[in-house]
Amino acid sequence: MAEHVSTDRVAGPSALVRRLRTAGWFIARNREASTIVVAILLALYFYSTAPGFATSSNLVNISQEIARIGIVACGLALVLICAEIDLSVGQTFAFAPIIMWLAMSHGVPLIPAIVIGLAATAVVGFVNGFVTVYLRVHSFLTTLGMYFLINGLNVTITNGFPKDTPGPNIVTNGMGGSSYSEFIWLVALVVLLHLVLRRTRWGIHTLATGGNLTGAREAGVRTDVVKIGNFMACATLAGLTGILEAFRVGSIDPLAGSATVMFLGVSAAVIGGTSLLGGVGTMIGAFFGAGILTLLDNGFTLKGISAFTFDIILGIAILIAVALNVYIARFRTMRKPQ
Amino acid sequence: MSVSQEAAPAPPLETDEDVLRVENIVKRFGSVVALDGTTLHLRRGEVLGLIGDNGAGKSTLIKIITGFHRPDGGRIVVEGRDVQLRSVPQARALGIETVYQDLALVDSLSVFHNMFLGKELRLAGSPLVANRSMKERARRYLEDMKVNVTSVDVEVGLLSGGQRQAIAIARAVYSNVKILLLDEPLAAMGAREAKQILDLIRRLKERREVSMIIISHTYAQIMDVCDRVDLLRRGRIVFDKRVEDTSLEELTELVVSEYRGGEEPPG
Ligand SMILES: Nc1ncnc2c1ncn2[C@@H]1O[C@H](COP(=O)(O)OP(=O)(O)OP(=O)(O)O)[C@@H](O)[C@H]1O
Ligand SMILES: [Mg+2]
Repeated sequence: MAEHVSTDRVAGPSALVRRLRTAGWFIARNREASTIVVAILLALYFYSTAPGFATSSNLVNISQEIARIGIVACGLALVLICAEIDLSVGQTFAFAPIIMWLAMSHGVPLIPAIVIGLAATAVVGFVNGFVTVYLRVHSFLTTLGMYFLINGLNVTITNGFPKDTPGPNIVTNGMGGSSYSEFIWLVALVVLLHLVLRRTRWGIHTLATGGNLTGAREAGVRTDVVKIGNFMACATLAGLTGILEAFRVGSIDPLAGSATVMFLGVSAAVIGGTSLLGGVGTMIGAFFGAGILTLLDNGFTLKGISAFTFDIILGIAILIAVALNVYIARFRTMRKPQ
Repeated sequence: MSVSQEAAPAPPLETDEDVLRVENIVKRFGSVVALDGTTLHLRRGEVLGLIGDNGAGKSTLIKIITGFHRPDGGRIVVEGRDVQLRSVPQARALGIETVYQDLALVDSLSVFHNMFLGKELRLAGSPLVANRSMKERARRYLEDMKVNVTSVDVEVGLLSGGQRQAIAIARAVYSNVKILLLDEPLAAMGAREAKQILDLIRRLKERREVSMIIISHTYAQIMDVCDRVDLLRRGRIVFDKRVEDTSLEELTELVVSEYRGGEEPPG
């Protein structure tokens, strides 16, 4: 277009428009970008207005909350990209530490017990995926049923009483017990899953499965395996988060799971640009989506705004994010870069 | 049924000229019999046109040859060897590639990821895909086939119908394809884009390395680019002629006569 117009009078506005358009394109093409910008703006806002925001103890709080939401969100993003959903993460979250405790109460040492806890959640994910794919039940229903089932198991196994985690040691410290260990897990997982999604066959097949199920099948993608695998990854990530949280708190709570855990994860993924329709989504977006939710919660709490108000703000934030997502999707398909 | 007797397909030639033979294929979907003893053959380097009414079973036949559906009966012979096609990758390994009616492209993936979907290249000794070499090859291949896209990084959803079709064809052809199956490659395409795709098919035909089956409802295009035409009616081949021996009028008449002479049209 008007690339070489530079000195005449029209140059001013057209250059501005062009720059805006370029920025628009950048944001549209990099779904994470808008989320990152919002997260940074929020951080700056609370840094300058909320008392005690930048204290080291608050930063630890923030890092732990981001991790709690973010790891679940990454798993959910994988499932959402497949055009499915997993509501049961709210309970698999609490299930993993309970199974770990159960194993330890039968004399299994800590590390194998952690592995058993995670394996149990992987089985939950497998059942979610299997029922959804082979019995053709919509994943909303499959995982809704699973949510209640696991909730019941959690309470039954523990008789409804919280259990203590084993005392602090190098393993529990690494698994959520020490200040930043949860955040380190989050960052490592985001980097790993980003690579998996963008740079491996599994990731490309995941995007293809959600983007065009029949098409992917016709191209030879084993979409059933892809879906089941991602359900397993999602459940395991939720379970891992539950274990990290248990070691952080020092106690295994049968009632730790909740729909809120799941809703915050879905919100973070969607705010980060993952589409509920499948085929589109990013891990970095899920990370910053979790960041936005955490900052809103933490910042407004510090500013003395009540939890009720926070819910209103959260609701509005999600609505804006979703509307933006739809708008950006339309913007992308309308404009042909030619 | 006036045609079915005299125009029953000639028995397939038992020569190694046949790159593909499909014999007595049966395929049912519940109570629907989509293919009812379909028999056809494809010679090396030949372009076969497959015509027939909507629902005649054309796409189903293609999907069986490409390993997507499994037949309920019958035999498939590829280059003289009996094969059991169990999956798309398995058919692909035999050199069978398909461009589906619904294109099978993923809008949210880039051109090059679409071109390599299901057969991604990997970096040696690593689980990571080799994006750079896939891009390079995709670019080279599209250039080679004179397909015009701005960049192989563009998401396929942003491209025109013709570009998408060309990418779907390029994706099928790029590998070691011996048998290329094109299901309505020119459907819903403007005249200019249709011509580009026809030119593309003709260029492939000139190379004579690829044998093709092309499904189309536009008989002029079939007459234009194919060597031979088969008509599929209710799951059976009922007509088989070289294009020199038939005409646009005859093909049109054949399909129309189904309603005039045969049972009532559905509905
Ligand atoms: N996956 C399926 N499940 C059930 N029935 C199917 C399936 N695929 C095809 N059929 C049925 O098989 C018959 C043949 O369908 P097919 O798609 O092969 O027809 P076609 O010749 O390609 O038609 P068109 O020209 O409209 O593309 C139809 O009656 C169709 O409804
Ligand atoms: Mg068809």
